[in-house]
Amino acid sequence: MRKYLLKRIFYLFLTLFIVATVTFFLMKLMPGTPLQNEAKLTATEKAAILAQYGLDKPVWLQYFIYIGGIFKGSLGLSFQFSDQAVSYLIGSRMGPSMQLGGQALVVGIILGIILGAIGAIRKDTWADRLATILSILGIAVPSFVLAILLQYYLGLKTGWFPVAGWEGFAYTILPTLALAASPLAETARFIRTDMVDVLSSDYIELAKAKGLSKFGIVYHHALRNSLIPMVTLIGPLAAALMTGSMVVENIFSVPGIGEQFVKSILVNDYPTIMGVTIFYSALLCLLLLLTDIVYGIIDPRIRLSGNGD
Amino acid sequence: MENPENVIEVRNLEIDFHTYAGEVKAIRDVSFDLRKGETLAIVGESGSGKSVTTRSLMGLLAPNAEIKKGSIMFHGEDIIKKSEKDMQHIRGKDIAMIFQDPMTSLDPTMRIGMQIAEPLMKHKGLKKKEAVAQALEMLKLVGITDPEARINDYPYQFSGGMRQRIVIAIALVCYPEVLIADEPTTALDVTIQAQILDLMKDLQNRIDTSIIFITHDLGVVAGMADRVAVMYAGKIVEYGTVDEIFFNPQHPYTWGLLNSMPTLDTASGSLRAIPGTPPDLLDPPTGDAFAARSDYAMKIDTEKQPPFFKVSDTHYAATWLLHPDAPKVTPPAEIVRRQKKFAEMQKPEAPFAHTASKE
Repeated sequence: MRKYLLKRIFYLFLTLFIVATVTFFLMKLMPGTPLQNEAKLTATEKAAILAQYGLDKPVWLQYFIYIGGIFKGSLGLSFQFSDQAVSYLIGSRMGPSMQLGGQALVVGIILGIILGAIGAIRKDTWADRLATILSILGIAVPSFVLAILLQYYLGLKTGWFPVAGWEGFAYTILPTLALAASPLAETARFIRTDMVDVLSSDYIELAKAKGLSKFGIVYHHALRNSLIPMVTLIGPLAAALMTGSMVVENIFSVPGIGEQFVKSILVNDYPTIMGVTIFYSALLCLLLLLTDIVYGIIDPRIRLSGNGD
Repeated sequence: MENPENVIEVRNLEIDFHTYAGEVKAIRDVSFDLRKGETLAIVGESGSGKSVTTRSLMGLLAPNAEIKKGSIMFHGEDIIKKSEKDMQHIRGKDIAMIFQDPMTSLDPTMRIGMQIAEPLMKHKGLKKKEAVAQALEMLKLVGITDPEARINDYPYQFSGGMRQRIVIAIALVCYPEVLIADEPTTALDVTIQAQILDLMKDLQNRIDTSIIFITHDLGVVAGMADRVAVMYAGKIVEYGTVDEIFFNPQHPYTWGLLNSMPTLDTASGSLRAIPGTPPDLLDPPTGDAFAARSDYAMKIDTEKQPPFFKVSDTHYAATWLLHPDAPKVTPPAEIVRRQKKFAEMQKPEAPFAHTASKE
């Protein structure tokens, strides 16, 4: 298990290195410069500013300088926020994003499991059909459309929840709901299909023959076996949440990383683009690693055979 | 109960399945008894209704099945009339079941000790710790080596034969009065089959349970059963003691079954099959369902359902051939050979009687 973990952590760093490299050169291909009022600057002023930030050097050299900086533990300074460290920028904006993402994932998965299980247990009844319609809607309606609808009806019209901003738990509810719809729907669909399979398996028949109650069978046997493949879904769900959060954070004026990222791309803030990309990649890689470890814990067949790949 | 020795009395059972094509009459007027401590084998080919019959004893029929008629008496009460909730108290406690494929019938994510303990917790109200302790005793009883270490293992860590022992342990842990074994050795290889059958016989004596043994393998029946019921197209066509069925069969279908069973004297290259296929139970034939495949069918076989004719106090067969007016026919050579042996066995102190029944 330790050997496996070490191997996975090595791959994690390799992945991040490749992501950083590719992003760096792609970013350099973007049109424009970080200079905001380029037209008013003289050639010497321009050269002086570029030299100050090391942007006059050949791109490959800039790349090595940047990577060297990362190895020294520095993500560089942001261009747009009066030379704030990128790591500080991410750190200070991480809270709201993580809270939103975490809440949305938990709410979405738990409700999704319940909805999916109801669909499977009450297969081909009105309850199943209702669950199916809900999950199709959840997948089909993009989070930003839902965000605006929630904002309008539950925020503006009824006044139950604050419309936008970030001043306490009440402010997280609408963005959480908007973000949770898609993981909820994906989970419900996945669990339903999976549990219908599990419920028709021989060991469920044996559980019935033991005289267990319907609830006992679902809770002790069907759920766990349906949840195992579900774990592999968590990584992709989290990735989808990250991209969704960028737009939703903007709609609800949440001071998170997603909002920051969109801004920094617009103004060619190179260190921030790199920093946020690497941060998101690292988060996703960690989540996938965590998923595999959790998979091993709940599926004994994988845990004891020692490797999960 | 008609007879105090009976544990289960099934009377005139009729079960239909609702399908898109129509009503499939899977079980047609089936009656039988299960006596205390005996092993009753139900033999028949796939689709003859043997599994459906036993599922109805457990109250575990598919949702599209409907019991049209009949009764299943257990402890003086009709199981068919019981609610799902009441059936949960019978299942696993009074009537338990072993399934065909041990590779898929254990929950892959639960420790086997817990799987064996579950019925105890449900039916005897034991705490987890006590239940697992009893599960350990059960593991010893079914012959798992080093049970203390293995009780915490998961199913995938066991071979097929070992898993079937665990399934048996689950079924017997509450000392049920009736054990239904639905082809318990079909998925196992032959040497393991013999071990599992020995184990079942041994446990039957210790636990004092009655067994309904479903199989299509007559070789297994010979060593295992006290009595045999032969099913064809949703009906029992013949029943009797194991010797009577093996050595004095009366129904042409039983002849066909025995005839197609290879023995050591079967000439090589001459596996005999019963020609044709079973009838479509969407629209079952009026007379003897086997008539279309039988070399011995008479006109009346296609017109009228034969009643059971008594062969001996314990042996009945539903074939018009036993009617006093029916012409004398000679069964296939193999059956004649068996009937000769049977005549010898009937003589007092027949020297080969015991070994013969082991065939």
